This record gives sequence, structure tokens and C-alpha cells, in this order.
Amino acid sequence: MDSFLAQYIDPYYLRILVLIGINLILALGLNIITGVTGQLSMGHAGFMSIGAYTSAILSMQFGYPYFLSLLAGALMAALFGFLIGIPTLRLEGDYLAMVTIGFAEIIKVFFLNFEPGGKAVGLSGIPQNTTFVIVWVIVLIVIILNARLLRTRMGRAFYAIRENEIAAESCGINTTRLKVLAFTIGSFLGGLGGGLYAHYMYFIRPQDFAFMKSIELLNMVVLGGMGSIPGTILGTTILTLAPEMLRVVAEYRLLFYGALLVILMIFRPNGLLGDIRIYDIKKRFRKKEVETCRS
Amino acid sequence: MPILELKDVTQEFGGLRALNAVNLTVEEKQIFGIIGPNGAGKTTLFNIITGIYVPTQGELLFKNEIINKTPPYTVARMGIARTFQNIRLFNKLSVLDNVKVGSHGVTRAGVFGNMLGLPASRREEKELTEKAQLLLHLVGLYEKRWEYADSLAYGEQRRLEIARALALNPTLLLLDEPAAGMNSSEKVDLMELIHKIRDDKNLTILLVEHDMNLVMNICEQIAVLEYGKKIAEGPPEIVKNNKKVIRSYLGVEA
Ligand SMILES: Nc1ncnc2c1ncn2[C@@H]1O[C@H](COP(=O)(O)OP(=O)(O)OP(=O)(O)O)[C@@H](O)[C@H]1O
Ligand SMILES: [Mg+2]
Repeated sequence: MDSFLAQYIDPYYLRILVLIGINLILALGLNIITGVTGQLSMGHAGFMSIGAYTSAILSMQFGYPYFLSLLAGALMAALFGFLIGIPTLRLEGDYLAMVTIGFAEIIKVFFLNFEPGGKAVGLSGIPQNTTFVIVWVIVLIVIILNARLLRTRMGRAFYAIRENEIAAESCGINTTRLKVLAFTIGSFLGGLGGGLYAHYMYFIRPQDFAFMKSIELLNMVVLGGMGSIPGTILGTTILTLAPEMLRVVAEYRLLFYGALLVILMIFRPNGLLGDIRIYDIKKRFRKKEVETCRS
Repeated sequence: MPILELKDVTQEFGGLRALNAVNLTVEEKQIFGIIGPNGAGKTTLFNIITGIYVPTQGELLFKNEIINKTPPYTVARMGIARTFQNIRLFNKLSVLDNVKVGSHGVTRAGVFGNMLGLPASRREEKELTEKAQLLLHLVGLYEKRWEYADSLAYGEQRRLEIARALALNPTLLLLDEPAAGMNSSEKVDLMELIHKIRDDKNLTILLVEHDMNLVMNICEQIAVLEYGKKIAEGPPEIVKNNKKVIRSYLGVEA
């Protein structure tokens, strides 16, 4: 299928599309934690690396089939998300951010010294099983499940925690438990994205999952609009394309991200799509209908 | 049968005694008022009942069960719902979603049910929507169900808090200054609403309010707090004429 597509699409663009897809899975995971539930995580790349290394090692050294190693990587990341979430999610705002940064750094240092992972040199020769079609099928599934979750009971409870924790508790929401749950789901997607990435890149190093990657993912969520799925899709697409399209952006990444955030905070503090909702649009249409009926 | 009992409840914040050995018995289906000057400890009392604070001393019984150390979400699930003096809505959720979240404690669908759209989860969601819409009709906010909660006027936000609290199917409802910021016609509607929900939903209502007219009109029993102490209790007629209460709270006009 991919070789079929390659006849029609330039391999360079195909590659960018695959990277957008992988980033989408990662960012949608982070969106659940930070955008929806409001728990600022600045270490999402840490979960990505757990998924990447776990799945890569399983398929290279233990001969696991591709999908099984992907799943194992995601579950491993989810397990870490769960274990780290329990003590840390009692912390608020800045503290949580610091702990998550610290966690991702510890993971990085661990892999820098991890013999089976090739230490600082990294792992190469990972089977390249990740294809355009696989990535985008998974993206679609993730989006659908995510959208369903966010518009029903548990998703609403996640939003409620972001909006007002005390009020959420008064509605019978066990906020600690649900924060850990959101963290676990988000980490699962982080690990899944990491596994897909490893099996696409052929080669991974601990530096691929450094602080910069976490910030990049966070920016994708913030740019599009915290908690909004269309917003995350838009933010991820823009921020994956930008460094590819504009060399300047690639060279001055840090500067670019900083400037972008400042501009965003001034003009659209809720993100590009953060305060636009489907039913606002529907309502606008409905009003128009009424008006046209009258005239 | 009493639904709520406080026995010698004391709450200290550092050196400050916000509540001092308070005894209180609330009977089922009563509309019970708590009045007292600013800083008397009324909101603190609500925070203790709902599990936000663990009282320094004393005992708290809901339906004969000790709930001193029960966490807020469990208290909610046991059937105690509340509104907040300083409004706490889910601002960036729609009015309808605010009420739906209110039902969290009495619904069950889990993450997988929600994600996969399993039949039980769908059925529950549908019932939830219908129930939330009914409650919004009841408080007169149905037309605004798609608005963001923070776009509502002050009085509307207070009514939305009541609808959200009712979504929990509570047996005991705590209202912390529900009439604050309302104009007089809104207050009349509010009194009607409070009577109506008590009768229709078999509720017991505990109410903190500064508007004496409203309190004397709808409460069947009133307790007066001052500096954390209960200084009087009784039906409106008695409390209204109590010397201590007049001196400390009602002022010369009474
Ligand atoms: N978390 C807290 N920490 C320290 N002091 C507190 C805390 N909560 C309340 N207090 C103090 O306890 C006392 C009682 O406060 P509370 O809010 O219960 O008064 P209130 O009767 O509700 O007053 P109002 O009519 O102004 O709402 C006040 O002196 C207040 O400053
Ligand atoms: Mg108060």
C-alpha cells in the first residue's frame, strides 16, 4: 500500500505525513493530560522514549511481532504514567511541571546508560514496520475513541477537574483517581507514538526524546487550543510542518516556539481553536435558518 | 428521624476557632436556615459537612453514619449536594454539561464504555441528557443550555449551581447564600423553587442566607451562629424575637 502511495506522493511528503500522524498520537495523549484535565506535564517525551525503547528492544532482541511490541511499549509507558501519577498528581501547577521534567530527564539518563539500548549511541537496525497506512489508521482510531470519551461521562469529568477541582469533588468525582487515569491514558498514547516512531526511524537515541521534544509536544496542544481535538490536530500539523517548510524555523526552533507562545497568549489565550465549539457553529447556522425563515 | 446531626463540632484554623462545639440536628424534609454575621462560621460548617475539612473535634452523622473523615466525593455520592457562596461552575463547559457533570456520582459508565460507545454507556448518556434538560427547565435555564457557564448572569449562575447539585439526586441539599446578588423578583422565584424541589424531590435543605426576609419566609427551623458558637435555635417566630439574636445580628429594626 505504501509503495503504491509512493508512486503518487513524493516520498518526502509521505514522510512528513507519517511524522504528523505520529505527532498527533503523541499530542492527543498529552492533550488528555494537560489540555483536558489541566495537569501541566512537561515530560511527555519521557513516555515516548519508554514506548520507543521497549518496543524496539522487544522486536529486535526478542523477536516480538510488530504490533505486539507496539502494544507492549504503550502498556509499559502507561504503567510508568500510572506509577508516577499516584504520588505526583497531588501536586499542583508548577510543582507538577517540575516533577514531570525531572522524570523525563531521569528516563533520558537511564537510557544513556542502558546497555541493551545501546547507551548514548542509541539503537539502530530497528525493523521499519511503521507505514503511512498503519500510522493513519491508528490516528483515526485514536481520534474517534478520544472524541467519544471527551463528550461523555468520564471525559466531562476530566474537563470538570480542569475547570474547578472543588466543585468536581462536590459532584462525586474522585479527582485524584481520575487525574491518575488521565495520566495513564495519555502516557499510553505517548508510548504508542514512541513505538511507531522507533519502527519508522530505524534508529533512536536518548537525545531524540529530550526536553525539547516535550516542549514541542506541549506547544502543539497549546497552540491549537487546550482540550480541543480539532485544535490539537491543527497545532500538531502547523508545528510539524513549520520546521520542514521554513529552514529559519528549524534553525531557531527555541526562538520560534517562544515567540509563538507570546504572540498566542496576547491574541488568542485559549489557543487557535480553544474557544470554538461545534455547537457554537451549529447554533450560528440555526440562527441563520430562523432569520431566513422570517425574511 | 434526623438526617444530619452535629455533635460538639469544633473547627480550628491555627489559633482561630471558626466553630466552637456546635450541636445541630436537622430533620428529614426540613428547610433549615443558618444565619449569623460575616465570619460566624456558616460556610465552614458546610465545608465540614461536605468533607472538605475534617473537624478538629466532635462528631458528624449523616443518616446515622459517621462521616467525619469521609472525603468530599464520597459524601457527594452518599447524597449530600451543595452550592457555593463564591460560585464554582465549570466555566468553559456548556450549561448543559455543567448539569451532566453534576450526575457523575450517580452514574457508572467507565472509560472503556465511553470510548467504545457500549450500549450501557449510550443508554446512560441519553438518560443523563434528558435528566439534565428537565433540571434546566426547572431552574429556567433550558434556553441557555449551549452557552458557556461563565457567560450567564450572576443570578442565573446561582440557579445553574442548584441544577447541578440536584443532578446528584441528593437527599440533603446545602445552599450557601443562594440569593446573593439576586434582585427581588429573582428572590421570589428562588423561594418558590426551593419549596418546589423540597416537595417534589423529597429533599432536606440546609440554607445559609443573609436575606432575612427570605430566611424567615421559607425556613421551618433556624440556627443562629456568632463567632463560631450557636447562640439560638428555633422556628422563625421564636428566633426573630430572641434578645441575643436581635442584639447581635438582626439589629434595631427587628
Ligand atoms: N481555610 C481557612 N483557613 C483559615 N481561616 C479560615 C478558613 N476558612 C475560614 N476561615 C475563617 O473562619 C471564620 C469563619 O469563616 P466562614 O467563611 O465560615 O464565615 P461565614 O459565616 O461563612 O461568613 P460570610 O457570611 O462572610 O460568608 C472566618 O474568620 C474565616 O476567616
Ligand atoms: Mg460564608
